[in-house]
Amino acid sequence: MFRNQYDTDVTTWSPAGRLFQVEYAMEAVKQGSAAIGLRSKTHIVLGCVNKANSELSSHQKKIFKVDDHIGVAIAGLTADGRVLSRYMRNECINYSFTYESPLPVGRLVVQLADKAQVCTQRSWKRPYGVGLLVAGLDESGAHLYYNCPSGNYFEYQAFAIGSRSQAAKTYLERRFENFSDSSRDDLVKDALMAIRETLQGETLKSSICTVAVVGVGEPFHILEQETVQQMIDAFEIVGEQEGPAAEPDAAAAAGQEAAAADQGGSTEEGVAPMDI
Amino acid sequence: MNFMASKQPENSLLGPEADSQRTLYPYVTGTSVVALKYKDGILMAADMGGSYGSTLRYKSVERIKPIGKHSLLGASGEISDFQEILRYLDELILYDNMWDDGNSLGPKEVHNYLTRVMYNRRNKFNPLWNSLVLGGVKNGQKYLGTVSMIGVNFEDNHVATGFGNHLARPILRQEWHENLSYEDGVRLLEKCMRVLLYRDRSAINKLQIAKITEEGTTISQPYSLKTYWEFSAFANPAQGAVGTW
Repeated sequence: MFRNQYDTDVTTWSPAGRLFQVEYAMEAVKQGSAAIGLRSKTHIVLGCVNKANSELSSHQKKIFKVDDHIGVAIAGLTADGRVLSRYMRNECINYSFTYESPLPVGRLVVQLADKAQVCTQRSWKRPYGVGLLVAGLDESGAHLYYNCPSGNYFEYQAFAIGSRSQAAKTYLERRFENFSDSSRDDLVKDALMAIRETLQGETLKSSICTVAVVGVGEPFHILEQETVQQMIDAFEIVGEQEGPAAEPDAAAAAGQEAAAADQGGSTEEGVAPMDI
Repeated sequence: MNFMASKQPENSLLGPEADSQRTLYPYVTGTSVVALKYKDGILMAADMGGSYGSTLRYKSVERIKPIGKHSLLGASGEISDFQEILRYLDELILYDNMWDDGNSLGPKEVHNYLTRVMYNRRNKFNPLWNSLVLGGVKNGQKYLGTVSMIGVNFEDNHVATGFGNHLARPILRQEWHENLSYEDGVRLLEKCMRVLLYRDRSAINKLQIAKITEEGTTISQPYSLKTYWEFSAFANPAQGAVGTW
């Protein structure tokens, strides 16, 4: 996008009917590091890439627990994400206090979307520069939503946002039909594979990613680093340049997990790295 | 002369005018509500009397009302406060329905909402002068709870308000069991209501029994209980009671 005379404030329409400030805000989401989410009938897994600025610093927190049954992964301006997470936590806790019952995710997501919309229609505000993947359970099952700076929200079986998310999306598009009936562990494995796609050849280690799970009978929690590393090792999800000798073993081990979905994964390991 | 006297706005709750705004005593009251869990849901009974002090003034007061799809609310105490509560709940259910998503407020949620309302009013020394019974079924789960005017709330398999606590609960403790059939439940409630009719002077012989199950609510048409006044104990009540007249 190029600068034009209609992009100075959010309350100015362009002749083509666009609000450029809102679109620029969505651009900020695309620049943030990747976050992915996928769900089955009973579980939702959120994952994100956590790159520290330098070796000396710790990485930014991008996954937040909102309540026992809701969690959120963000991409974009993490400061805006923190503020929105605080809002979500507040709404959940107030609802729980009044009704002794968990706030249905669908309602939280609408409240969040309406809050974001306000910022697209006030001259003294700016849109939130963060995209949120909201994972939650309610009476009707497991849900994954994406909340946009524009104030729109969508429900997904699986989705990815942030930089190089297209690679993850492509991976998810191939496999999403199986997710509904996936086991919890398969879902986590798929999440890790999707995260790996966004790394473009870099080795997947638990130190550069974060994974969180919520499901029926399992409150939202972020998996421990060792657990994640064990899963990465167990599923033999390594970077693509790590020796073709490892791959037949990986294919055999992967084949023992459920379904044809795995066959798709293991054949993919013999293919050349994607050059996006 | 106090030139700088500050004036309260007319509707302020501070200062002497405020006291006339607070509930000090109830005027038109309903007596006990009794309810129990049975096999398919909840059964609740209440008579249709609205007393004005010791006068049995109104005899067609519906003290049990359905709330949303999943709940029944029965109230004793000040009838006007009960009507106010119904307005609050009406708005609550309206907003709940306006979301138009698959979610709805169940009996547990309504009960807790009422607890918050009652407790907050009590804290402001302006209570809603009611004892409420909230029962319902949602997704196969039966729920029966009660809230008092000071915000005391709990759930149980059978609950009652007012005199019902003293006269009906002991009967229920003896005779209630899980999975009562509808007929047994009604029989048990009628037994309780009959005792209340004999012994509670604010009770009238015109009652409604309400039922709520997964399918929905039914509130019966008003009817009367058969009574027998020729018990020998009734003939000479003072016999054996030392010091009574």
